[in-house]
Amino acid sequence: MTYAYIGKDRRRVEDPRLLVGRGGYIADLRLPGMLHAAILRSPVPHARIRSVDATEALRLPGVVAVLTGEDCKAKLNPCMNFGPATIAQYPLAVDKVRYVGEAVAAVVAENRYLAEDGVDLLEVDYETLPPVTDPMAAMEPESALLHEEHGSNIGYERTFEFGDVNAAFAGADLVVEDTLHWGRSAGVPMETTGAVAQPGFNGVLEIYCNSLNFSYFSFLIAATLRIPSNKLTMKPVPAGGSFGSKLAAHKVPTLAGFLALQVGRPVSYVEDRLDNLMNSDHHGCDRFYEARMGFRADGTITGLDIDVVDDYGAYMQFGVGHHGNAFSQVVGPYRFRDVRYRIRAVLTDKCQQGAYRGFGSEVHNWVLERLVDQGAARLGLAPEEIRRCNFIQPDQFPYTIPGGNLYDSGDYPAVLDKALSMIDLNKWRAEQKRLREEEGRHIGIGLATTQERSVFSSTEFWSMVEKPVLPVTSSPESATVTIDPTGQFQLLLHCQSMWGNSPETVGATVLAEEFGIPPESVNVRYADSAHALPSTGPGGSRYTVMVAGAIRGASRKLRKKLIDIAAHTLEEAPEDLELVDARVQVRDAPETGLTLAELAATAYFFALSLPEGMTSGLEESYTYDHPYTTLPAPDGSDFGVFYPIMGHACHIVVLEVDPDTGIPSFLDYVAVHDAGTIVNPRSLGGHVTGGATQGIGTTLYEELAYDEDGQFQSSTFRDYLIPTANEAPAFRIGHVQTPSPFTEYGIKGGGEGGRMVAPAAVSAAIDDALREYGMRVRRLPVKPADIVATVRAGRSAEGAV
Amino acid sequence: MTTSKASTTSIAAKYGTARRTVTVHVNERDVTREVSTRTTLADFLRDELGLVSVHLGCEHGECGSCTVLFDGHSVRSCLMLAVQTDGHTVETVESLAGNPAELHPIQEAFAEEQGLQCGFCTPAMVLRTKEIIETGRDRELTDAEVRHEISGILCRCTGYQNIVRAVQSAQRRCRGGGRDA
Repeated sequence: MTYAYIGKDRRRVEDPRLLVGRGGYIADLRLPGMLHAAILRSPVPHARIRSVDATEALRLPGVVAVLTGEDCKAKLNPCMNFGPATIAQYPLAVDKVRYVGEAVAAVVAENRYLAEDGVDLLEVDYETLPPVTDPMAAMEPESALLHEEHGSNIGYERTFEFGDVNAAFAGADLVVEDTLHWGRSAGVPMETTGAVAQPGFNGVLEIYCNSLNFSYFSFLIAATLRIPSNKLTMKPVPAGGSFGSKLAAHKVPTLAGFLALQVGRPVSYVEDRLDNLMNSDHHGCDRFYEARMGFRADGTITGLDIDVVDDYGAYMQFGVGHHGNAFSQVVGPYRFRDVRYRIRAVLTDKCQQGAYRGFGSEVHNWVLERLVDQGAARLGLAPEEIRRCNFIQPDQFPYTIPGGNLYDSGDYPAVLDKALSMIDLNKWRAEQKRLREEEGRHIGIGLATTQERSVFSSTEFWSMVEKPVLPVTSSPESATVTIDPTGQFQLLLHCQSMWGNSPETVGATVLAEEFGIPPESVNVRYADSAHALPSTGPGGSRYTVMVAGAIRGASRKLRKKLIDIAAHTLEEAPEDLELVDARVQVRDAPETGLTLAELAATAYFFALSLPEGMTSGLEESYTYDHPYTTLPAPDGSDFGVFYPIMGHACHIVVLEVDPDTGIPSFLDYVAVHDAGTIVNPRSLGGHVTGGATQGIGTTLYEELAYDEDGQFQSSTFRDYLIPTANEAPAFRIGHVQTPSPFTEYGIKGGGEGGRMVAPAAVSAAIDDALREYGMRVRRLPVKPADIVATVRAGRSAEGAV
Repeated sequence: MTTSKASTTSIAAKYGTARRTVTVHVNERDVTREVSTRTTLADFLRDELGLVSVHLGCEHGECGSCTVLFDGHSVRSCLMLAVQTDGHTVETVESLAGNPAELHPIQEAFAEEQGLQCGFCTPAMVLRTKEIIETGRDRELTDAEVRHEISGILCRCTGYQNIVRAVQSAQRRCRGGGRDA
């Protein structure tokens, strides 16, 4: 299928306004009489709050109010929570603090400077408690408890088994095992999360925010604030980037709303970088694995056994969906059927986990690919060979995996072939040998694949829970398309905008495709929660697929109305007409027709010229539900279909590691992705390079570190090292397009694959570069010091021989 | 334990309310304002002058999103005080084009190459490109040179690849200097 606009490299329609600095971010919003909030954060990991003395702060001219956990306890309900009900959280800590950086008090003042001054003047009396930092020790009965009401530091524990892993391993020729640790990193977009709240007219609280998905959960914020949901209007303010960090980010808008209600004036709370790094609620996964994989001698994988301890931090408001997510692609692109997965989610004195690009699947893929690489090395197979011999084949789709999720379509050999065609591995392998022998230089080649599940179903969030509180099954998206009286297009989206996601380019491209109008001519608006139709918002690589589905649905209705008006006017049968290039014309006599502007004028101004029973205007809405999801089984034997729109990617990395400094540098990087039908190749490419660079950051540089006393070590960009242009490689990108049979136009999501595969590919390349020293990346980030230590140990072992 | 606490008497000293009048040449016009001596240049530009293209990404001098041109050279406006700019020239991206329909060639280059996604580091990248061109070399920079030149500004979205292309394209578009070149 070829399209006129979809699939073409076109400029993004968002960019001109961003290039002149008018992105309309939350920090740019000013309301008359607006106050600013700053937050006092806990300097200790675990303590009882005896008292907060605000006397001095309130004496400072310009400080309007100080609010604490006591105020929250008295006036709020606990925040929304998809984890155990016994683990409650408020926007400001109530009774106890449970990590360094947890919010203790908010100071509201005439400007941010004065608010920060007020924070300086607060006096808090803490009764310190033993810090709980090691997740293994936290599970011991003698450990201090984070949440006495919960009675344990284990937030969730369960084992799932599909097939018979013991039998699969008994029949294996080789079982490899590994102890792996994926360290904490986070999305940390350049723009932090923020909100401005104001008590509006008629007792309606208005909260402007750049949090995503609010149209999905604003009623839960109203519940926390103890106001009826129709007395809260959440107003969308475009988000810059998110990468997960603004997904359902509810505490920032809740806090701003609470402060505005208390002081009766508009209040702005925009996280600064310290707030964002230490208290974003969106630290990424922090997992300790004992993992095993069985192989037959020919490389066929027989089974997978995972025992994972996940260091969730102090709260679990987003539940354990990160593991449900991993189950969407638990076997990767491979055919094996036997899987066991034990998970223990542990509470420690750290910031809670939320979402980061991959949402747990990227971690699982790294583990899977680490095991596959180990199997390949032990069996003497090349990385591409072992993968090829295990791939699910193109004629096997749709393919149901262990656990119940379904892969819609794919051609994994084609992606691998495309990647291999873009790089001469034989040449690099010869060069690797030559450089090692002649110059003592260490080049490594890494190859890895990933599945890229897209378009989540909300069953993901509760299917692993035995008695889910909120077993929702809807995750719709809506669009309203209006043609105005002059024939110009308005597109109303019913969820948050996020510039990084190209929401308007996607919307305008689909409308251009449906009506033959220039994409740049479309005006895009975003509904607030008081006007929004059912919607879920960006996340889980769902946006492009879902918005395209909603817009196409509305467009179909609108096209029918246009054709009916034209048929009536031209006295032709509707089936003899077609809409081509912004004009409805007679199929066999295209010179006879009416432009959209002519039809629009009729629709708005000439009611007596409309077909009988038709009402004036040209506006249609459509709500597009998840294209394919099924109910999970209550007993955990089957998660149902919940993430069936399945992309795929293969990355091949060539890098050199300096064994004396441990510093890797990239020599080549090939990334081939299959995200179904591509809407805009260059935009998708940007997601691939951006995502892969984040994956490289996770692998080599980024760490949200806590020391053994629970002190946070990464509160600035001097400590939390995100890649600069110097660290990012030059990527060479290839695309394969296997359309989805379930979505409009066959589009699949493509926002996360880069980060989901880069860690496995880079880890493999580092191993390969230093193979003779026994290098094996088992812990991320792998730092230069770790690499140097391995080289030194390898050299002295060599010397000893 | 108890957190440290400032005494009431020290408040005035610590949180001094001293104000000073500054005259700065901003985006080709002189502006005179009375500012608090502790107001950063970034906050002055954003809050006093409404130049919201100056984005605050970290406020500790690492991310570079608040980059502006100070006497033609890029500085991090979160690390300067407004009073330091008295008598100097400051340029923000608003000086290149205030109207999205009339982009400067550098901005055209970024749009063409999609050298941006969320737009937050974009004004800084555009200004840095202007500085690269104006303090210029008359040949197009290599990939590695461009990467080095922009490495003081963090971008979390693009992986930099399209930004590198945009800088090179901007160089070509502006070769010979001036926006009509």
